[in-house]
Amino acid sequence: MITQALIIWLLPLLAFTIQIFVGKRLPRKGDWVSVSAIGISFMLSIMLMIQMFMAYDPEFAVTAAMPWIETGNFAIPLGIRLDNLAIIMLMVVTTVSFLVHVYSMGYMAGDQYYNRFFAYLSLFSFSMLGLVLWDNLFGIYMMWELVGICSYLLIGFYFTKDSAANAGKKAFITNRIGDFGFLIGLLIVFTTIGSFNFSAIHEGVSSGLLSGGLLTAAGVLLFAGAVGKSAQFPLHVWLPDAMEGPTPVSALIHAATMVAAGVYLMARLSFMLSFDAMLVVAYIGGFTAIFAATIAITQNDIKRVLAYSTVSQLGYMIMALGVGSYMAGFFHLVTHAMFKAGLFLGSGSVIHAMHHSMHKLHLHEDPNDLRLMGGFKSKMPVTYATFLIFTLALSGIPFFSGFLSKDAILGGTLAFAMSQHNPIHFLLPVFGFTAAMITAFYMFRLVIRTFYGKPVRPEIYEHIHESPKQMTVPLMVLAALSIFIVYTLPSFNPTGAAGGWFDHLIQHPHSAVSAQLGHDVLHIDHETEHLAHISGIIISILVAGLGILLAFFIYYWKKADHTRIAQSIRPLYLLSFNKYYFDEIYQATFVRGLLAWNDLLNWFDAKIIDGIVNLSATVTRVFSAVSGLFDLHIVDGLVNGLANVTSLFGNGLRKIQTGQVQNYILGALLGTVLIIIISLI
Amino acid sequence: MGLLSFATFLPIAGALLILAVPRKNLPLVRIIAAVFTFIPLVITSYLWTQFDYTAAGINTESGFQFVEHLPWIPTYHIEYFIGVDGLSFPMVWLTTLLSFLAIFASWNIDKAQKGYFSLFLLLVTGMMGVFVALDFFLFYIFWEVMLLPMYFLIGVWGGPRREYAAIKFFLYTLFGSVLMLVAMLALYFNVGDPVNGGHTFNMLHMMNQSNHQPWLQVFNVRFWLYIALFVGFAIKVPVFPFHTWLPDAHVEAPTAISVILAGILLKMGTYGLMRISYPILPDMARYTSYFLATLGVINILYGAFVAMAQKDLKKLVAYSSISHMGFVLLGMAVFTEAGMNGAMFQMFSHGMITAMLFLLVGVIYDRAHHRQIDGFGGLGVSMPVYTGVASLAFFAALGLPGMSGFIAEAMVFIGAFPVYRTLTIISAFGIIVTAGYILWTVQRVFLGQLNPKYTEIAEINGRELFTLIPLGILVVFFGVYPMPILNLMKTSLNYLVTLIP
Repeated sequence: MITQALIIWLLPLLAFTIQIFVGKRLPRKGDWVSVSAIGISFMLSIMLMIQMFMAYDPEFAVTAAMPWIETGNFAIPLGIRLDNLAIIMLMVVTTVSFLVHVYSMGYMAGDQYYNRFFAYLSLFSFSMLGLVLWDNLFGIYMMWELVGICSYLLIGFYFTKDSAANAGKKAFITNRIGDFGFLIGLLIVFTTIGSFNFSAIHEGVSSGLLSGGLLTAAGVLLFAGAVGKSAQFPLHVWLPDAMEGPTPVSALIHAATMVAAGVYLMARLSFMLSFDAMLVVAYIGGFTAIFAATIAITQNDIKRVLAYSTVSQLGYMIMALGVGSYMAGFFHLVTHAMFKAGLFLGSGSVIHAMHHSMHKLHLHEDPNDLRLMGGFKSKMPVTYATFLIFTLALSGIPFFSGFLSKDAILGGTLAFAMSQHNPIHFLLPVFGFTAAMITAFYMFRLVIRTFYGKPVRPEIYEHIHESPKQMTVPLMVLAALSIFIVYTLPSFNPTGAAGGWFDHLIQHPHSAVSAQLGHDVLHIDHETEHLAHISGIIISILVAGLGILLAFFIYYWKKADHTRIAQSIRPLYLLSFNKYYFDEIYQATFVRGLLAWNDLLNWFDAKIIDGIVNLSATVTRVFSAVSGLFDLHIVDGLVNGLANVTSLFGNGLRKIQTGQVQNYILGALLGTVLIIIISLI
Repeated sequence: MGLLSFATFLPIAGALLILAVPRKNLPLVRIIAAVFTFIPLVITSYLWTQFDYTAAGINTESGFQFVEHLPWIPTYHIEYFIGVDGLSFPMVWLTTLLSFLAIFASWNIDKAQKGYFSLFLLLVTGMMGVFVALDFFLFYIFWEVMLLPMYFLIGVWGGPRREYAAIKFFLYTLFGSVLMLVAMLALYFNVGDPVNGGHTFNMLHMMNQSNHQPWLQVFNVRFWLYIALFVGFAIKVPVFPFHTWLPDAHVEAPTAISVILAGILLKMGTYGLMRISYPILPDMARYTSYFLATLGVINILYGAFVAMAQKDLKKLVAYSSISHMGFVLLGMAVFTEAGMNGAMFQMFSHGMITAMLFLLVGVIYDRAHHRQIDGFGGLGVSMPVYTGVASLAFFAALGLPGMSGFIAEAMVFIGAFPVYRTLTIISAFGIIVTAGYILWTVQRVFLGQLNPKYTEIAEINGRELFTLIPLGILVVFFGVYPMPILNLMKTSLNYLVTLIP
């Protein structure tokens, strides 16, 4: 199995290497290299999945490790862990990736950098699969950064567009802010436990090597990484901009897989979250769910609506992990991966059609703008039908996958709130249900304005065509994967996952924190759980129905004019439309502040530090100049002066050296007289 | 003569040979330079295969490899004593590699090529000598031998402000050398040779604390000696605030010289600290460790912030060097296995990455004749291969996993965190700023609309690729599998850690 996993993982890397170096010269620019690599990985993943089903054991796990970095006492081995979580995740990644590869053959056809696009997709698949497979935090961190750079490259794929280049940079840097926390979390774990390996961390936490405030800090800091990667508040700002990338990329990376890596990480780490850390996770997730949903309502760019929807749904998953609904969180990751990838590919199909139509008409408007659409239902039947299925799934309507997972989350939050003494925690289910209603509303707003009604722009509508098979077949596959039964077999119950394979195989890992404390970190009894789930089902169907009804009321039956509504609550509308001004605020504070700070330090470096160096040089030169003068006038002056004095004396004295004996006798006499006088006194 | 001596002095022979070649025969001059740097690379590569991974070296002569120990000036107890251990060998190999590649980056030198290449070869011998010398006097000679060719290489073949830069470099380094000289003489007169009781320049004798005479055991004496040595080495690194010669020297130096300067010369500072200061005055190393770690953190952050403010591409790379050398300082200041190995690995890794960056700057400077970051834009359209290689190098500098820089930085963080928690957290902030200035630079140079001035700009040529590809491969290889380098150095470095009280 390990060999199989290694092949699954490394094939896309091989494809990347071939593509980046010789892809251009291969027939069809080598797209078949990438597609067949991920295709084989996909099939091998199915085989792994079958092996998992044969075992049908919640505790199923195969591990293998090898030494990697080793300098004596310090060592980081690398290992692979294949358990149910990893295998299902492999399946999700290879499925979506394979479908996106196929779809891209149609969508990207004719692009100047066609082979490069497939190279990047392969590199991403490799990184993402590695992230899923590693059994240790260090390996995950490495792959985490690599998927980040792939995301950077693919967001900025149309690199001549400034907005794309900016978006890529923004995505990577925002993620790095989260990774700063991730890194510190890693360091705390390694310093206290001495290993990055999950099972070693489990043991370490159980035995109390890492406990108390430091444990909470480690949990929250590692979560910071997930906040970045999964675009949670307040680091959510990069994901909507990431829509600058080609639409297949949005589907694969920014909806289904990479952004879910944060959720996957938290699922992997849920055994080491203390109660306080769980609260932080839950509230960040819950707040993000509702916060992003309120933005999605007013956006006009079809992809941006979906982007904010993704942020909001990721918030659900994170919230689920925060309230201890491990299965629900991961379940939603899986179902969401399918229907959200479908939504993006569907929107891509629409955008593709819009683009071609506008190209024919020589229009230079935004093909993503849903205000230019309407009535596409008849022109693009497959896209429409599948899009509707995905929308129903996302809105949480029974018989679709999203209902099962979302309901599991909502029930989980309700159970959590009911088990706590503090009534404030009912905020979490309130966030959840409200966001569910808003979700149903904005999704049907999207469907109605795109596919229903009369065409807003008949001339564009005229040239709209259904997309080619490479694009519609993946949509149909994903639509099939959005039906409830895929996840509930062998049970046929459309209202709950209980009794299905997913529920059986994905069970909450034993909390190491509970083991350390000696009591459950979070205790919810069966009664409460049951009650919460029943109420959850009822409320969630009600709110979703209400949301849909409202959307039809406004956009289909037009009982109320949405522009008038927007006018009447203009401040709120503007807040939502402008994304609560987060970009502007970050720009004005952090970005500007950093740039000013850099300039200040640069000035300091050039004027003060280097100034001192140059000053010391100048001082030395002045000093040497002064020394020179001193030397010339004083030192040399003294020497010369002595000579002058000597010669002066010499000249003076020479005058008495007359050579006449009389003078000398006179002098001698005078001297004698002088001595006598002195001695007499 | 042993192979190590041969590799060290062969470049001088090449320099003399070049002087004998007629000035017009430029191809021959280049070939001689290439051959006389290639043979040392072959020799050191061969020595790598012969290297004993279990020998520690540092303060025992038996632990050194390929040792040559001969009397030289017996009156003053000066010996010709060379050898390598895990601390020096990676740098020796890197020196031979970068010297060879830098010859090809010197192809476009357009005046007095004979002088240029012979000075360059002289410089190579100086650098090799510094890394192999085990006699302090010999070390000092090589240290100074290196200085003079560098002065001329910058001052004659440099950019517009070359004279200012050259003299600044020269005087600054000389200032450090003088302090080192004083410390060296103080050690010479106060360390007894255990064999004959006389004075000695033998570093290994100096490291043996029982050879220290009473005056050398006084705290203040040791402290000020340590500081004198430290300043001498710190200027080379360069450690904040002694760093301002570096951007000037880099900006003015020709490409190949920048490569050597950043790739090798900077490492001599940290190498000197590890080779000389640490084992000779280990108690002072411990005493000043917090101070050194703080300076390391300042280097990391200050270098990164100032780099982001630069408008000149080469200056930006120069400041990024300051930032990356901070990791070496932080790692070596904590005396943990991971930290020390990480620091040394960073020296090796940064040598390759920064060499790539300077080579890449040279490539566009040769074409555009300017280095203003804002003066480019969209080069990804007209120079896709160049953009690809440059992206690799920039991502490596950004600390992307899968490349050597990441391993080094991660090891430094892991090694430093248990010792200086707050400092490590502050330094980890550098990963954000680094991502900021690197990606911003990549965007301004390669992304966006193609600057119409550069639609016809020539793609990177085969010679330039030849200088970059080996480094690119090594950066990736050692990033995926760092053990070949770690195996070389770990025995010596782990032993060095145990010497610090």
